[in-house]
Amino acid sequence: MSLESLVLYFFAAAALAGGVLMLVARHPMRVALALISSMVSLAGIYAVLGVHVIAVFQVLIYVGAVMVFMVYVIMLLDLRDPSFLERYGRAVVPSVALAGVLAIALAAAVAGGDLMSAAELAHYHADRAPATFGVAPFSTEFLEPYWLHFELTSVLLLAAVVAAIAVIRTGRRRDG
Amino acid sequence: MDRTQLLLALSVTLFSLGFVGVMIRRNALVMLMCLELMLNGVILSLVTFAAHSGTLAGAVLVFLVFVVAAAEIAIAIPIVLLLSRQRRSLDVGAYSELKG
Repeated sequence: MSLESLVLYFFAAAALAGGVLMLVARHPMRVALALISSMVSLAGIYAVLGVHVIAVFQVLIYVGAVMVFMVYVIMLLDLRDPSFLERYGRAVVPSVALAGVLAIALAAAVAGGDLMSAAELAHYHADRAPATFGVAPFSTEFLEPYWLHFELTSVLLLAAVVAAIAVIRTGRRRDG
Repeated sequence: MDRTQLLLALSVTLFSLGFVGVMIRRNALVMLMCLELMLNGVILSLVTFAAHSGTLAGAVLVFLVFVVAAAEIAIAIPIVLLLSRQRRSLDVGAYSELKG
């Protein structure tokens, strides 16, 4: 077994352990820390796969922005909340059974899917070199064929900011 | 086991774990985090396919999904905060009149 696949197995196990801890941990802060460890392990997997740009964005956007926001909100909340003391709702057994059925269906769909083999991929890439996932090709890809999508993300982010401000303002009006 | 198959299995597992979390946990914020775990499972499959096929379009799509996820969180968390301020609780059982 090569070192690369060993590292891959390690990160996969860590991501899985984080996901399981999220279900077991009681306090939301521990759930958040489990999710952060899971996300960092996924970033490690992306780095092993050679998709370094996505690994960096996973750490920057998910761990750096989204989860820090989440941790702040947890710190703002009341710790005597009943939902902090009791972990699970009523429908535990049916939900786990439903998730098991979903997992089996997804696994069957993935296993039944027709994935290109290495030889077919080499034939597919015969006319052009397979992409390298560095920063430079990624950036040119964004500025040439996908420039419109890139600009549209800024519109989406602006809409999200406006919507967040609107939600906060309506809440304040109801309180006061 | 093939590397792609291992990662796809991990992706399915993370998605299902997140699904279980959304269904069984009581705390609205924890449910939101389990939703993020589901999204991470889907992104893992997307990156796996992009790396497997060696196309940059997949990586570009992953970046766009990241932006959408950030926007989603920026709106969802103020809504959760407002709900908790209104009911003094994050227990989803406190909002049972939404059943209709």
